[in-house]
Amino acid sequence: MPHTTETETETVARSTVTAPPGARTPRPAGKARAARVWQRLTPWLFLAAPLALLITFTYAPVANMVAYSFTDWDGVSPELHYTGVENYVDIFTREELFQVFLVSGYYLAASAVQIVLALYFATILSFSVRFRNFFKGVLFFPYLMNGVAIGFVFLYFFQDGGTLDSVLRLFGHETDRAWLSTSTSANVSLAGVSVWRYLGLNFVLFLGAIQSIPGELYEAAELDGANRWHQFRYIIAPGIRPVLSLSVILSISGSLAVFEIPYIMTGGATGTETFVIQTVKLAFQFNKTGLASAAAVVLLLIILAVTWVQRRLVPDDKVDLV
Amino acid sequence: MTPTAPAPTVRRAVARTLTYVSLVVAVVVVLLPLTVVFLTSLKTSKEMADDSGALTLPDDVLNLGNYATAFQDGRMLTAFGNTAFILLFAITGTVVIGSMAAYAIDRFTFRFRKLVVALFLVATLVPGVTTQVATFQIVNSFGMFDSRWAPIALYTGTDIVSIYIFLQFVRSIPVSLDESARLDGANAFTIYRKIIFPLLKPAIATVVIVKGIAVYNDFYIPFLYMPSEDLGVISTSLFRFKGPFGAHWEVISAGAVLVILPTLIVFLFLQRYIYNGFMRGATK
Repeated sequence: MPHTTETETETVARSTVTAPPGARTPRPAGKARAARVWQRLTPWLFLAAPLALLITFTYAPVANMVAYSFTDWDGVSPELHYTGVENYVDIFTREELFQVFLVSGYYLAASAVQIVLALYFATILSFSVRFRNFFKGVLFFPYLMNGVAIGFVFLYFFQDGGTLDSVLRLFGHETDRAWLSTSTSANVSLAGVSVWRYLGLNFVLFLGAIQSIPGELYEAAELDGANRWHQFRYIIAPGIRPVLSLSVILSISGSLAVFEIPYIMTGGATGTETFVIQTVKLAFQFNKTGLASAAAVVLLLIILAVTWVQRRLVPDDKVDLV
Repeated sequence: MTPTAPAPTVRRAVARTLTYVSLVVAVVVVLLPLTVVFLTSLKTSKEMADDSGALTLPDDVLNLGNYATAFQDGRMLTAFGNTAFILLFAITGTVVIGSMAAYAIDRFTFRFRKLVVALFLVATLVPGVTTQVATFQIVNSFGMFDSRWAPIALYTGTDIVSIYIFLQFVRSIPVSLDESARLDGANAFTIYRKIIFPLLKPAIATVVIVKGIAVYNDFYIPFLYMPSEDLGVISTSLFRFKGPFGAHWEVISAGAVLVILPTLIVFLFLQRYIYNGFMRGATK
């Protein structure tokens, strides 16, 4: 086998193992070596562009960001000073900078609501229901919509005399409340919009997982006298555990990285500023690249920590890669 | 399980009713805000001013004046053009890059293969929103800031999920196909181009749909990297409605409907593929 003659390198295309053994013997040695080098190079030719992009746009920024975070760089001037951990101390001690973590709490609570609702609708739509495809489509469609359009739709929804006020008036409830004008009310409203927007994805993922459970299981359970709750508890719940754990982690990192909806709707006013809005403002409006980098590093570390905890808690659904 | 089941208990009937009630409530919650915006887009500014409330029907359901205003003054034509340009290059790039990486990782054994795989794997954990502070400097140093190449490069270069989707498909293509082609004298590039790539059609469809929707809807990247008004994509152009049309909700609504409409049409025609695509994309 040609494989054994090439032990000095692991670079063997899998299929050469089955190439006819006599194929390379008549070739002169120099040509064979050239072919081998070429062969060793082949995978790297395919990987050159993907790896270059990966390093340029993912790893280099992370490395630079960590480096910037220990400086007072403004992002433009050639001058920068090493400031140690000062930026990090600022983030955790200056109240107005720390505030954004509290805003994430609203979105975290909202994603809990979102997962429960998605689970409920996925469960009932996995049983036979009239107009199932219509319901499925309506619940999912908001997820596909443009974020700016959603922002405007809900600005009008919460606007004085807008959709919400008109509906409430229909039920005889007169309000002159400005929904987006106090911090709590605004954050609850914005978190509600994000449930409206993202529920569909969770729902479709859950529904897919439930539908991949073999139907005989339900029939068998039915024969054993199991009711809907038993079916949910003992068949559906275990079947969707991996997707559920994925959704939880996506929700947690998503709650920390909220940007579009609050930025479009309020611009971060009235106490609705999120971590990412703050970071973008620090970096691109106030030219505090160093401080913004430190904030981004903190966010990255939190997200990595959350992912790590999730992998530890649910070890069985590790990504099966190669 | 069905209404025809023998002797349905009262409890079951109640549960069924509650099920439908909850579904109808959900449909109203989803569709009402959208319907109101659609109705608003057909109203004239005079109707908007007479304080009749948001739920009234427009006087003339064929009043498309706001759409014309949104299209012209809102520069939506340029926006759709820019979005189409970015979509074309970003999707082509993603498909080529992703399928090449997947082919190399699955079909070859080479030194540092594990490291390469680990690099791609760890990168999925780094959320793009966090690193833009530093990515911005890199994009800027390439002179791509405020050009359409910045989002194209970022969409193409940071899409690792697509690589996973391609990887799953490449793995399902039997190696014997490569081998017989190799016996016929095909080299690795011919095999990639003539055998692997054509067989990746379902994966390509998935990536085109998922990526296409993501790029079409993205606001963050074009907002950061393309401040010029000429370079507005649909998200950023629509966002700019906030200034000049300030209180003109009928024009803003028309703009929002213009942006949502293509998504709705694509969704209605490609429903099945879209559901499958997102399921594959999210669970990798």
